[in-house]
Amino acid sequence: MNVIEIKDLVKIYNSSEVKVKAVNGITIDFEEGEFTAVVGPSGSGKTTFLNMLGGLDRPTSGSVKIGGTNVWELSSRKLIDFRMNNIGFVFQSYNLIPVLTAGENVEFIMHLQGKPKKEREKRTKELLESVGIGDRIKSRPAKLSGGQQQRVAVARALASKPEFILADEPTANLDSKATSGLLELMSEMNRKHNTTFIFATHDQRVMDKARRIVTIEDGKILKDERFER
Amino acid sequence: MKNIIIAWRNLWRKPWRTAITSGSIFFGVLFSSVMTSMQYGSYGDMIDNVVKFYSGYAQVFTEEYYDNKSINNSFELTDSVIGIAENNPVITDYAPRLEYFTLASNEENTKGSIIIGIDPHAESKITNPGKWVERGEYLSESDDGVMVAIDLADFLQVDVGDTLTLLSQGYHGVTAAGKYPVRAIIKFPNPQLNKQFIYMGIKNAQEFFGAPNMVTSLVMMVEDHYDLPRAMRLLQKEVKPPFMVMSWAELQPELVQMIEGDRAGGTFMKGILYMIITFGIFGTILMMISERRRELGVMIAIGMQRNRLGAILFFETLFMGLIGVFAGVFASIPFTYYLYRNPIPVTGEVGEMFVQMGLEPQFTFSMHPEVYYFQAITVFIITLFIALFPIYKSYTIKLTRALRA
Repeated sequence: MNVIEIKDLVKIYNSSEVKVKAVNGITIDFEEGEFTAVVGPSGSGKTTFLNMLGGLDRPTSGSVKIGGTNVWELSSRKLIDFRMNNIGFVFQSYNLIPVLTAGENVEFIMHLQGKPKKEREKRTKELLESVGIGDRIKSRPAKLSGGQQQRVAVARALASKPEFILADEPTANLDSKATSGLLELMSEMNRKHNTTFIFATHDQRVMDKARRIVTIEDGKILKDERFER
Repeated sequence: MKNIIIAWRNLWRKPWRTAITSGSIFFGVLFSSVMTSMQYGSYGDMIDNVVKFYSGYAQVFTEEYYDNKSINNSFELTDSVIGIAENNPVITDYAPRLEYFTLASNEENTKGSIIIGIDPHAESKITNPGKWVERGEYLSESDDGVMVAIDLADFLQVDVGDTLTLLSQGYHGVTAAGKYPVRAIIKFPNPQLNKQFIYMGIKNAQEFFGAPNMVTSLVMMVEDHYDLPRAMRLLQKEVKPPFMVMSWAELQPELVQMIEGDRAGGTFMKGILYMIITFGIFGTILMMISERRRELGVMIAIGMQRNRLGAILFFETLFMGLIGVFAGVFASIPFTYYLYRNPIPVTGEVGEMFVQMGLEPQFTFSMHPEVYYFQAITVFIITLFIALFPIYKSYTIKLTRALRA
């Protein structure tokens, strides 16, 4: 079953006199439970593609349908709510809210969703335990290592029970031990809970785990390969 | 609630920056409060001086007397007129006066003067002329003597115990003439008054002018000049033509102008102070937003509505302002209280100038609540105004740019 349907996606940046086509007519679908790596050289358009896919950057033309909803037809306010309820984000620099504890960071998105306190607390505990840092629930991000922060970010991304998780270079700031731990964690989430993951990455270790690798170059899909892993 | 908690915690991410910004507000409020306290204290002194020197806080007289200060425009002091002051809960004291021009002479010397007929007891609670007595004694209740201002006494060459001859036109043209023993020589700080004034008991003055039970004005006092607006509201309801009532400010417009002029100077100074505070807060807010651009982008990306983000930033700004405002007000209360209890003495030429104006040679301070709440409200409004900027930014922040920041 297709979770995401992308059709003729184009993004043109107008920089002074030059028009740059960052994404040039991408059409692709993602199915539920996929573990996909979007790869390509720097400037190939993969982050722009991911941003449009995640409802963060408006395409010049084309459509992005998530669970049947054309996200770019939503109003700005509804789009924010849509992102909150349907898309989980994991960023390269973790981007946790520094003044909130690990637990509060995870709970925060459920708070935005208006979930009751008891449910929030229960799920926060479960999520942090599932990413292996249940004992750091009261720690602020500054007290956590990079790998631990990224685990909190994964827990936060999962907190809203999204349709899929977009991870933009999630391992770029991690050492090899933290990277393999994080990849193992996300891979387990994918296998156990059928959570859909889409990565933008340069990291070979991520590519080695991915069951689908989409290669983008000059804003176009160069290759779309599937692997049995 | 969560928004407020986040805003509060955000404030202490960089405690030094918050402390410096709140500190600038703190000092701004403190200086401004002290300056305002001194201004209000000085104005209070000036007003008190004018009021307790001559005019009282308010006067009732006839409309004709206001246009033409003639004895013929005096009025009878009836119970209903006294009731105007008696029935006003804000009026603390009142005294009748009968004032008119006279020629005063002794041997070969004659000079135009002003007779002020007073009730010695009642007047002592208002302008207390007794405090200016240089030689001799203040008038007693049924005294038939007069008190003469010092320069006038010198000109006429009279002193305590001598007799002064007065000649004037009385009520409706009767001849007013009489001889009066000098009971006291009075010396005002104001040289102009020293050349003119003669005080006598009001009964004596009424008899002299042939105007029994007539007065030219009823002078009234309130506890504090801040009580005057209320007193005037009540008086204006009660006083009907042919009478009219005027406050000291209407009777002494030049003093009001002087105070207003000084107040404008103070407002200008405070304006500069507030501008510095404004730019201080604004600079911090700009830096705060610029530093946290990516974080703000992330919050919107993961599902925080922009209005909610704006609310967090708004509260942060507000808290920073409120910390400074409250600290400033709380610090300025004991500080101004100390100065209120211990006025700063003024010496030298400036001190002499104060004395000549009938003022104590010192800078006095006021503890009126307005001194504090005005500063608090002003800085609060400035903070509110600045807090609109982060709200604006939360609505205009470009998500992809913020995430790349």
